[in-house]
Amino acid sequence: MATTAALTLEEIRKGLAWRKQLDKVFVLVGLAVLFGCLATLAILFADLLQQGSSRFGWDFFTSFPSRKAERAGILSAAVGTSLIMVVTALVALPVGVAAAIYLEEYAPKNWFTGIIEINVTNLAGVPSIVYGLLALGLFVYQFNLGQSILAAGLTLALLILPIVIVATRESLRAVPKAIREAAYGLGATRWEVTKDHVLPYSTGGILTGLILGLSRAIGETAPIITIGALSFIAFLPPSPVTAEFPFLSLEWLKSEFTAMPIQIFNWVSRPDQAFQANAAAAGAILLGMTLLMNAIAIWIRYRFRKKINW
Amino acid sequence: MDALITTSNEPKLRKVAPMQGDTSTQKVEKPSLSIVLEDRKATRANPPKANAENLNFWYGTNQALKNINLAIPEHQVTALIGPSGCGKSTFLRCFNRMHDLQPDTKYQGAITLRPDNVNLVGPETDPIEVRMRIGMVFQKPNPFPKTVFENVAYGLRLRGVKNRTELAERVEKALRGAAIWDEVKDRLTDSALALSGGQMQRLCIARALATEPEILLFDEPTSALDPIATAKIEELITELRQRVTVLIVTHNMQQAARVSDFTAFMYLGELVEVDATSKIFTNPSKKATEDYITGRYG
Repeated sequence: MATTAALTLEEIRKGLAWRKQLDKVFVLVGLAVLFGCLATLAILFADLLQQGSSRFGWDFFTSFPSRKAERAGILSAAVGTSLIMVVTALVALPVGVAAAIYLEEYAPKNWFTGIIEINVTNLAGVPSIVYGLLALGLFVYQFNLGQSILAAGLTLALLILPIVIVATRESLRAVPKAIREAAYGLGATRWEVTKDHVLPYSTGGILTGLILGLSRAIGETAPIITIGALSFIAFLPPSPVTAEFPFLSLEWLKSEFTAMPIQIFNWVSRPDQAFQANAAAAGAILLGMTLLMNAIAIWIRYRFRKKINW
Repeated sequence: MDALITTSNEPKLRKVAPMQGDTSTQKVEKPSLSIVLEDRKATRANPPKANAENLNFWYGTNQALKNINLAIPEHQVTALIGPSGCGKSTFLRCFNRMHDLQPDTKYQGAITLRPDNVNLVGPETDPIEVRMRIGMVFQKPNPFPKTVFENVAYGLRLRGVKNRTELAERVEKALRGAAIWDEVKDRLTDSALALSGGQMQRLCIARALATEPEILLFDEPTSALDPIATAKIEELITELRQRVTVLIVTHNMQQAARVSDFTAFMYLGELVEVDATSKIFTNPSKKATEDYITGRYG
């Protein structure tokens, strides 16, 4: 029954065995590469933990920097980093989401918006030191914000804006056309479609993008050195909550600051070996903060996927 | 008893669909298809709710609709049939200006809505105003990922209804109208995505009904559903004509035969023939129509 062109069963089996071997080879290579990457990260983390093991303790979190390594802690750096992140998130989220909504939902598709889009994507690749220089000229001197938490937060917001915009656009685009049509079909305006449907349904993706952006910003050193982070700060910024009316104060925004990467850099560059343990411990904590933020991003995405699956 | 076709005394329909011979006395011949046509009382065309007049439509430079003239009789079901790409969905979407969401589309001519004679596709007419008056049910059920209640209430909220009691009443009325109230009355706060496909589509019908549209458009509403869900939707559509004027696009000729009072056959962007459904399916006057309904192409 077999025609001359058809393979015999034996030939089919022989060829198939070889092709399946290739399949297995790829799986092995893939696994090797994957474990190689993960192992490097794990070893790095373990090394930091081991080196800094002597410093982990409550004191390390509640102490200011000190000339004595064993009394030094990360209090001012951790508080500085947290406050900067708050400013960065509060600026990058509304600006980034607004820009993404405009580009995705409103902007006409022409050469001009095309150029803007390419530029936004390219901004993500601009070296962070360049943002630092820009911020030094613009925020610190031009706007006279000084070497403050506000200036640092704005700088890092600028840095992660492209990440937030790209992530937001992607999650806006993921909202099916059918849902938009349903809303338009009921007589909604473009803004109503955006605010009642597109935006709420893409919250998961937007927050994920924001957190991934923040976890990039948290480790950035170059731009905040450029705008003048101090490496030795033995005080905390003024509290945002006050005893008198109106109970909230924005004084902390104007405060000088230090941040985790700066503190680590400072300790590493000291000749005294004892400070290396401090640097390792702070490094492990910073890495832990980053991993925690990524975990939160994954959890948010998972939650929203469960609620809304198209 | 065979349905009597007395459309000839309706001047509007006659104008757009000239018929050969005196159809009022012509007996309907034996069905050439194995379709059981319902015995309908309403084969006389009501006065038109909307009139397409010399309607042309372009996607870019591609002309998708060519000089369409069609009357949509009020409180009756008009079906649009034809092979894929014939422009039936394009025509349907002109009625609520869905094409305006895409760039580079162009309307010419008019769809006049009675009684106020607004030209639905006129450049001076606001597409949102049009969509406030004309509802649509889509091919794939597309409920919002919100609760059942919020899905139906959304159109009302857009229209400024804030009173909770009024919202609840009108949502219930719409859900009853879409024959889904009994199935969801205990699940109003559940996500609409938890419903079955057929329930979702009836929810979408309720969502469209809640705002009491003047015309309800159906774009192949059962093509994503199983036969039982399809049967329920079809039954619903035949009942809906008492409340609203219905225009339905369908790929399924049996469906057109079952649910509609009038059927328009479109081919290559043109309206070939429109007549009472029983007439179209038993004794079409154009060769192309006959070829299509007997399955020679399409």
